[in-house]
Amino acid sequence: MTGEASVAAGSTIDALGQFELHPVLGSLGEALRFSQSPLFMLIAVVLVLAFLFIGMRPASVVPGRLQAAAEIGYDFIHDLAIGTMGEEGAAFFPFVFALFFFILAGNYLGLLPFSFTYTSHIAVTLALAVTVFLISILASLRFQGLGFFKHFMPAGAPVWLSPLLVPIEILSFLSRPVSLSIRLFANMVAGHVLLEVFAGFTIMLAGLGFFGHILAVAPIAINIALTALELLVGVLQAYVFAILTCIYLREAVAH
Amino acid sequence: MHRTPRLFLFAAPLAAVPGRAVAAGMPQLNVHDPLLIGQVVWGAVIFAGFYIVLSRSALPRIERVLSNRRTRIQNDLDIARRAKAESDRASAELLSTRHEAAAQARANVERIQNEARLSAEAHARETAKRLEADVANAEARIAQSREQALSSLPAIATGTAQNLVSRLIGDQDEQTIASAVKRVSA
Repeated sequence: MTGEASVAAGSTIDALGQFELHPVLGSLGEALRFSQSPLFMLIAVVLVLAFLFIGMRPASVVPGRLQAAAEIGYDFIHDLAIGTMGEEGAAFFPFVFALFFFILAGNYLGLLPFSFTYTSHIAVTLALAVTVFLISILASLRFQGLGFFKHFMPAGAPVWLSPLLVPIEILSFLSRPVSLSIRLFANMVAGHVLLEVFAGFTIMLAGLGFFGHILAVAPIAINIALTALELLVGVLQAYVFAILTCIYLREAVAH
Repeated sequence: MHRTPRLFLFAAPLAAVPGRAVAAGMPQLNVHDPLLIGQVVWGAVIFAGFYIVLSRSALPRIERVLSNRRTRIQNDLDIARRAKAESDRASAELLSTRHEAAAQARANVERIQNEARLSAEAHARETAKRLEADVANAEARIAQSREQALSSLPAIATGTAQNLVSRLIGDQDEQTIASAVKRVSA
């Protein structure tokens, strides 16, 4: 969303410039390869932890507003994780919680002006998805041993179909991290490109004189609606990521 | 000289391509950007830290508060359930006591009514007996008076007849009149 400044002189819209990485903290950031993306990850993590720690500080039996909010967040992910994975998957609950709030905070922070959406980088979402993928494989091997490989041959299918079925199953299994990461990445990029494009329309129309000034209100109205949509998409994508993680891990722990 | 601008125009995009080809596209796909890899490494470190703080401190803290509340509510519910059972027992006791008392009261009332009836009956019998005796007495007295009256009747009749006869005929044969009266009254 830093892109308003990068809209070139009212003639073209640079919708992708907002995703560029710039080192922060000058040469130190450059040397550490510390861009605004990890900075916002840090901000997101600190905000979430502050929310939890400050919210739970009273630790009272009858919670106040902030504590109730923190507890709702906990209960929401706890019900999601345990409801999907069962009690065997309780060990993965903190991981699912971390994933959900890391993505949610990233999506929402990105909606603030002059901020950066780290979930709009395929490298980040792919890293998260690969982490989920590897953890689910390791959990499968630990909970099921080599029986894990039986999943590539659907139970009850005729044996003569196995040359066809096994490659398909392997392919669908391997495509999981790809679909998981691209879904989140594409959603965030699309939303932010749209916001940028409509913001650019406003600037372009404003350059047309009096009627332009009036017409320029329309893209702003659209952007308000888009922001509302992005608020929905942000929580929805975090939820989808979390619940798919739960489903993959459920296959690993419960067979 | 003539070709230079053309050559320049032709070469310029070519020269620009290696540098701009990726930058012109999505910055997310610019794998040569050291910051792109940097954010993944930093992201891994930050996410790992986030996970550790969450799993070691933040989430157990919430879980403790929630489980405290659960046990507290459970205890309170148990206390309430016990109290309810006790009050149920007490109210059952009260009810049975009331039933007993009511039954006893009914029995008492019945007994007293019975007694009253019996005593009333006895009283009535006694009164009837007394009245009967009175009636018998009175009858005896009446009979006596009647007898008396009847016994004095011939003398009165004779006197009256004598009086009548003497007024009518002036003759008075006491013997005759008395025998006539006796004949008539017999």
